[in-house]
Amino acid sequence: GTLYLTATHLIFVESSSNNSTSILHHHIASVEKLSLTTTGCPLVIQCRNFRVVHFVIQRERDCHDVYSSLLRLRQPVSYEELYAFSYNPKQNDQQREEGWQLIDLGAEFERMGVPCDQWQLTDVNRDYKVCETYPRDLYVPITASKPIIVGSSKFRSKGRFPVLTYFYQEKKAAVCRCSQPLSGFSARCLEDESMLQAISKANHNSRFVYVMDTRPKLNALANRAAGKGYENEDNYSNIRFQFVGIENIHVMRTSLQKLLEVTGTRSLSMSDYLVGLESSGWLRHIKAIVDAAIFLTKAVTGEGASVLVHCSDGWDRTAQVCSLGSLLMDPYYRTIKGFMVLIEKDWISFGHKFADRCDQLDGDPKEVSPIFTQFLECVWQLTEQFPQSFEFSEWFLLQIHEHVHSCQYGNFLGNNQRQREELQLRDRTHSLWAFLMSEKQNYLNPFYSPAFSELHPVLEPSTLPYHFKFWRNMYHQFDRSMHPRQSILKTILTLRENSRNGESMLQALENVSALTELQQLGVTPVATSEPPAPPPTRDQRSNDGQEEVGEEAIEGTDTERTVEGSSATESRKQRYGELEGTYNSELAKEEPAVVSLEFGVARMTC
Amino acid sequence: MAVHVQNKRKLFLDSYHQTNRAQRSREREAVAFIFSGEGGEVICSRRLDHRTIQIFDRQLMELSEHIKTANVEDAVLRQPLHPAARGTLCVTGHHLLFSDREESSPQHFLLLLRNIDAIEKRMSGSSGTITIKCKDLCVLQLDIPGMEQCLNIARSIETLSCLENVSEMYPFFYRPSDQSLKDQWGLSSTEKHYSQMTDLHDRWRVSSVNRDYSVCPTYPQAVIVPKDINDEMLVKAAKFRHGGRFPVLCYYHRKNGMVIMRSSQPLTGANRKRCREDELLLQAVIDGSDKGYIIDTRSSQQAQQARMTGGGFESKSCYSCWKRLHRQVERGKALQESLIKLVEACGNDSHNMDRWLSKLENSKWLSHVQTALSTAGLLAECVERDGHSVLVHCSEGTDSTLLISTVAQLIMDPCCRTLEGFLALLEREWVQAGHPFQKRCAHSAYSHARLQQESPVFLLLLDCVWQLLHQFPLALGFSEALLLRLATEAYASSYGTFLCNSDKERCVSRVKEKTLCLFQALLRPKERRCYANPLYERTELAIWPSVHPQSLQLWRGYFLRWTQQARHLEEAQEEIRNMVILWEKMALT
Repeated sequence: GTLYLTATHLIFVESSSNNSTSILHHHIASVEKLSLTTTGCPLVIQCRNFRVVHFVIQRERDCHDVYSSLLRLRQPVSYEELYAFSYNPKQNDQQREEGWQLIDLGAEFERMGVPCDQWQLTDVNRDYKVCETYPRDLYVPITASKPIIVGSSKFRSKGRFPVLTYFYQEKKAAVCRCSQPLSGFSARCLEDESMLQAISKANHNSRFVYVMDTRPKLNALANRAAGKGYENEDNYSNIRFQFVGIENIHVMRTSLQKLLEVTGTRSLSMSDYLVGLESSGWLRHIKAIVDAAIFLTKAVTGEGASVLVHCSDGWDRTAQVCSLGSLLMDPYYRTIKGFMVLIEKDWISFGHKFADRCDQLDGDPKEVSPIFTQFLECVWQLTEQFPQSFEFSEWFLLQIHEHVHSCQYGNFLGNNQRQREELQLRDRTHSLWAFLMSEKQNYLNPFYSPAFSELHPVLEPSTLPYHFKFWRNMYHQFDRSMHPRQSILKTILTLRENSRNGESMLQALENVSALTELQQLGVTPVATSEPPAPPPTRDQRSNDGQEEVGEEAIEGTDTERTVEGSSATESRKQRYGELEGTYNSELAKEEPAVVSLEFGVARMTC
Repeated sequence: MAVHVQNKRKLFLDSYHQTNRAQRSREREAVAFIFSGEGGEVICSRRLDHRTIQIFDRQLMELSEHIKTANVEDAVLRQPLHPAARGTLCVTGHHLLFSDREESSPQHFLLLLRNIDAIEKRMSGSSGTITIKCKDLCVLQLDIPGMEQCLNIARSIETLSCLENVSEMYPFFYRPSDQSLKDQWGLSSTEKHYSQMTDLHDRWRVSSVNRDYSVCPTYPQAVIVPKDINDEMLVKAAKFRHGGRFPVLCYYHRKNGMVIMRSSQPLTGANRKRCREDELLLQAVIDGSDKGYIIDTRSSQQAQQARMTGGGFESKSCYSCWKRLHRQVERGKALQESLIKLVEACGNDSHNMDRWLSKLENSKWLSHVQTALSTAGLLAECVERDGHSVLVHCSEGTDSTLLISTVAQLIMDPCCRTLEGFLALLEREWVQAGHPFQKRCAHSAYSHARLQQESPVFLLLLDCVWQLLHQFPLALGFSEALLLRLATEAYASSYGTFLCNSDKERCVSRVKEKTLCLFQALLRPKERRCYANPLYERTELAIWPSVHPQSLQLWRGYFLRWTQQARHLEEAQEEIRNMVILWEKMALT
């Protein structure tokens, strides 16, 4: 086939079937040139959505050109180069504006019952003066005066003082978040102490407030030497202090690397897989986060106590634990809209550093870490335990993950709200939430039962280790040979769609001929699903040596970009078809055996 | 088999109509059992008195000598997913019966003694606790007041749960009112199977050389063999094969006329004996086509070693048209130990992730699933893609041989994937083909007894089928509930299907006349509704499973069956069933 490089995408078109694969440059995590072989020069591209692609290019010079172009293209140096600023889904300004207004955090706090007699909106951070990584609107206890807030913020790392993130109305218990105190070995801050006192007093149900330090104790102790640390129970009245031991971003990054190394091995044996899974520690980390969220949930819903959560800077582990805890406590966050609100609140507005963690611009590789991916995985683990509790399916999570890295929409650009305002994202880019909402049908979980949620408003997941599974559809999303060839989810959705159509048709047409037509529809529902495209990666390999380097079109016109933009979403849809692998007659004949005669073991796709 | 019984038939039937879960059908069965008595006598007692037990055990006087204490008041039963209950415990010849004291809606709990794998007793003061570990992996606890009573009960359970004599076993006494011994036993026979496959008739015939089980004691009376080979040659070939299991046809691939044969190992021994008739027999199988494959489910080293004990393999020089492939599929003791380790890991309440993963790895169960599936895939590939006939065997030809050939047939043949087709396949390839169920399933994962011939080969098969079902949820006509039911029934059953080790033994014990057939029972309309796959849509294509370790999963529905999470999944599956039924109705109106 032919390989094309455009300003935003890498596109591969197969010469035989005209199938094309396009990869957004922002998705490329690494490009590697392997040593020359007889057929040509191999190029391996690893993507952030865990796709791995192998190309073989005949001439080494061409390969080198592609390689160096990709290196330059994959990491823009300024935000303006990101795809979101050129992406245009043919919407007018009003539609764009409406998209951005879809999620309103003020309304969300109102839904929780805030402001109320104990909690109020404060304007101390209106101009990002007190804390530049927090949003403008913050909620604090009524009794916390401005001097207390300002004083407390000076005693907290990066000025991230304790603020409300979730209010459990039933017991008037609050979930608050902040960063670590600058306590060193003995420092105190009276304002900070009164801040915690105020949080405690705002809840009449409990005499004390839990302070959850989500770090392992050792890490917190080490921080003391740098003038940071954790709350001393003697200085704060009525607190209960607790470490929960989630590892830091560096450990998580290494863990994921190990995991991918193991699962990327060819002809992996079952033993090596399980040993690798264990030694990567990935599932242990996932479990630690879920454990922490359960601790939080039990304290709030069970004991009716307020909880203050922090880690070091209060934007990674804190975001994970607060959002996952809220998800366990509140059925609203388990709906499609509610989940968007949750991410907007705990991740985007409270300043999880998406730009750094997802490596949007050419930055410090030590800042990159799969913190948000872990959160999505924790949610997925919960959906596996409670199939009826979530309005959305796995595809929704995968789609969000895809776009956190695609930089196609403005939502996740930058590190905090202030930066986003400076970039004028609302005027210059589009909102992912509006796009996902318009495709809501694709993300519905057919087993969702609002009645079940009413019966079990608070989820109590088991944390026994065997309930945690490897998330194949995330980490092997594009290795189609590994997925079930038929999908219950898809079938049920199709069946439901058909039965809905049938219902409406039944109402509209009452003559006999229409009725027979309808029956046909009902009898062969799945036949209507479109045939999926064959897996791109494998085909590229089988076409070894036939690669040509197409024209490099670094400069693309705006109209071209528009076309690319829409095709990107289309191909995404198509990939969904692949993901759940509808069984198709042609496909089965063409597809090479999964079990090969020579080896007797599975052939790995790249 | 944990069965709850509501004591009023009407009440039960009402609830039955509300929920049509697989479990319910079992309850219905038990209700039928309790209500049947003799001459349709209905027993409706709040408390089970001694008279009731006598009715249960009318024919079982000889067993009653093992029952010192038949009745215990004020016992406490603890079982997973249920609150502890206080009530009366009775021991009968084949069951444990527990009825609680709830005045408003008394609950009965019925457990087949055969289902009990191991018990542990613990005494404290004047009372004792018996922990019952069942073969279906359920763990129960009974608190019994009175040391003597407790010891008596424990002794009764120990003796009665492992009766040796086939004719004393429960299937010989199970007489539900809606099934009769006159019903047909079994789904099919070799002759019937042969007559249905007309393509076969040119080159193959049914031989009744084994009609008195003298040629091969573990084969059925009739087998399908090449037409060119007469019965005398078969007798000679049988002498050259372990246990007399000479190569017979087990599958005919309609698309290209290729076949799967199975046998046991040839008895070449250390001095490389040959058998002309055996060679001719295999030659007749390929007849004209260029070559065939032999899949030996032992490693080549194991096959070599087998020669020292009189066994061996088909050498290249004597069987020039056959290419031998060795794929080691574990069976026997190693497999049993693997199951024990896995169940031990699943029962561990430790919250340590690393420990779980290392125990899972250490058990090797998933590795066995992977090898079994990929070997079956290899076999299917030889037949379907490469167009060659294949002979499969291990040493005895009664374990991994059957496993591989069964899975391969499921992969290739759409007829085997329907509910009836699958049960017929099991009957043909496991019951009639002589898998020694009684020896293999005498104990499950909890037993402390010294291992003899136990091995969960059949369970491994069901796990492989579950993996297929997981990867192709629309291609199989039956549901996970059927696999769970079969896994339970293989170890402890009210039906005679899995009794004994071979057709011959079943004949001697007159199983077919004196017991009921499970497969027939599963196909009754009421049961069928629970075990059919609501999403089933027949496909004529082969279903090639992925055997990447990432694609295989622990069969949580079985190994973690008694957890709350399994319950949630079950509810979701129930939801699917209801939805599909609703839509089907709508489509029809």
